Amino acid sequence: MSVPALELTGLKKSFGKAEIIRGIDLSIGKAERHAIIGPNGAGKSTLFNLITARFAPTAGTVKLHGEDLAGLEPYQINRKGLSRSFQITNIFPAMTVFENVRCALLWAQGYKYSFWNLVNRSSALTEGADEILDQINLLGRRNLPAGTLSYAEQRALEIGITIAGGANVIMLDEPTAGMSNTETDYIMDLIMRVTEGKTLIMVEHDMGVVFGLADRISVLVYGEILATGKPEDVRADRKVQEAYLGAALEAEH
Amino acid sequence: MSNFDPNTDMPRGARPEEQITTDPSKPSERMQFRLMLFNLAPWIIASLVLLLLPAVFTNNSTITIMNQMMITIVFALAYNMLLGQGGMLSFGHAVYAGVGGFACMHIMNTSDFFSSIPLVILPFFGGLFGMGLAMIVGSFSTRSAGTVFAMISLGVGELIAASSVIIVAFFGGEGGVSGNRTDALPFFGNEFLQQINVYYLIAVWTIISAALMFLWSRTPVGRMANAVRDNPERAEFLGYSARWVRFYSFVASGFFAGVSGGLFAINYEILTEENLNTASSGVILLVTFLGGVGFFFGPIIGAVVFTLVQTVLSLQTELWAFYAGSLFLATVMFFPGGLAGLIMMHVPAFKLGKSKLLIIPYVKTLVPAAIGILAVCALVEMTFHYRHAATGDHEMTLFWTTFDSHTVLPWLVAAAIAAVGLGIARATAPSLKEAWNEANTRGAAS
Repeated sequence: MSVPALELTGLKKSFGKAEIIRGIDLSIGKAERHAIIGPNGAGKSTLFNLITARFAPTAGTVKLHGEDLAGLEPYQINRKGLSRSFQITNIFPAMTVFENVRCALLWAQGYKYSFWNLVNRSSALTEGADEILDQINLLGRRNLPAGTLSYAEQRALEIGITIAGGANVIMLDEPTAGMSNTETDYIMDLIMRVTEGKTLIMVEHDMGVVFGLADRISVLVYGEILATGKPEDVRADRKVQEAYLGAALEAEH
Repeated sequence: MSNFDPNTDMPRGARPEEQITTDPSKPSERMQFRLMLFNLAPWIIASLVLLLLPAVFTNNSTITIMNQMMITIVFALAYNMLLGQGGMLSFGHAVYAGVGGFACMHIMNTSDFFSSIPLVILPFFGGLFGMGLAMIVGSFSTRSAGTVFAMISLGVGELIAASSVIIVAFFGGEGGVSGNRTDALPFFGNEFLQQINVYYLIAVWTIISAALMFLWSRTPVGRMANAVRDNPERAEFLGYSARWVRFYSFVASGFFAGVSGGLFAINYEILTEENLNTASSGVILLVTFLGGVGFFFGPIIGAVVFTLVQTVLSLQTELWAFYAGSLFLATVMFFPGGLAGLIMMHVPAFKLGKSKLLIIPYVKTLVPAAIGILAVCALVEMTFHYRHAATGDHEMTLFWTTFDSHTVLPWLVAAAIAAVGLGIARATAPSLKEAWNEANTRGAAS
């Protein structure tokens, strides 16, 4: 088998005495759609932050295409082809929608810290950004300040920014958080389209949302992976039912 | 997400001309040419105005004021590369201008070298020295924005200002360093003996610097400076190191600050500790904020207004700094977008073709308000005269009226005018507000 897109070995994270991630081993193949689900406080977002170097792990390694990411800064990891979104909308609210996406294209198109190119002179940048806007259906909002968009539109923009750079590993942190059912369907459909052929790792609170989309699902409970496998298998897993679905049911009733 | 900062409500990127130039509906070439002309128009007009001003104001003292204005414009624009575009609040930016200026003075005094270069390129050396210092300081100060950056800038500013009395060889101690610009290689036979020659030198440098700084804001690193200002974390996850983006902004800003220092050296032929102390750093912050940090042209307006207050008003009253401070305070409190923000507030009304609705309400409110404020100023001046004039000197002249400041009547008159003026302004304010709302609402126009 080829090198996995993302490989976690013995990953741990403690904040003081509290152990949030207690040893995670996970291997995600190329072009796989992988969902990480779990109840609140299971450590899903922390796991994301460990992978993208927002936090440094206490122990263990993260490998992207077989390369150890230890000691790299977020921007270096991004340049290696891993891009992420955030649970709380994280865009540039004062800039226009178009500029948000264009900023996301700059590094990928090789501009680096250039001060000898003018951004509006580059048709590749303008067309590239418009293409992304078309994909996320925000072409009509192109010239509005991003902060004035509706919540669902901002989430869509966030996904647009995340995929714009052409990263081949996309990580989405609860992209449907706080959305109505229609909005959720819309966003999930959008995610399906824009991550075609890419490795997708997605955190979700609700298994129902990712059931149709994910190739594999991992269930994270109290910082440990309880089960990993095909959606049907995971749903049928006794431990998962007890620990997660049971808890979720209890919470509901 | 809401916009926390009203300044950034209308960011540079959201300006109308940008929206038009990048319109996807491919404009024809003729359209494009027209748009180019439209974009260039402010630059052409500004350049023409700068080049023609000396024909209108011919006396030397006015030209001196204009020189100072242009130097401040370059410095304020450089400062806004940090504050407005990069979100970095510096309390010690005068040191980059100052060090650039001192370096230029030393070049002026190195007669062998100086006599082999034309004076017109001297500001470039000022820029290089400003940039060099910015590279050293920026290497550790740009690690973070916000309070840490502000404190480091303050510390470095104080440090270098303090060195000016220690390292006498470079800063010339209390007397400063002076030189003679006419020792340079004549430039097409011009030795820059007269103020008007210097005017044109500074004008050309101002136009070039402003254009370069504007273009900088349109480059990838300039765009990312905005992105890092708004959301450094997001920028990092787009492949950009927030620190390096800040560093490049800082270095570029240091360069243009150094250029302004070089222009200062040419204009005044002397630099002292005053050029790099914290007070000067404070002034440039004030100038930039007064003009408005949210727009590229904001600092230009700030520099013009402040220089006028500083030079013209200071001839009229000793209390000019008091009025400058009040103006600054009023701007910060009521118009956080600065004077430029105040102007740009009117763009929507103009676009809707309803700006005419505002004229009469403006006259009704602003004229009484202005009269009221002038009357308050009169009270301030009278108080100052009452307290500080020489004993027995009871006579003062204010607004072409001479009276005795120790009698009751002038006080009553000034107080009455102030009360009536401000009272009318206050009474008419609601109708102005109504007119404002009407002018900014689409449709149902008269």
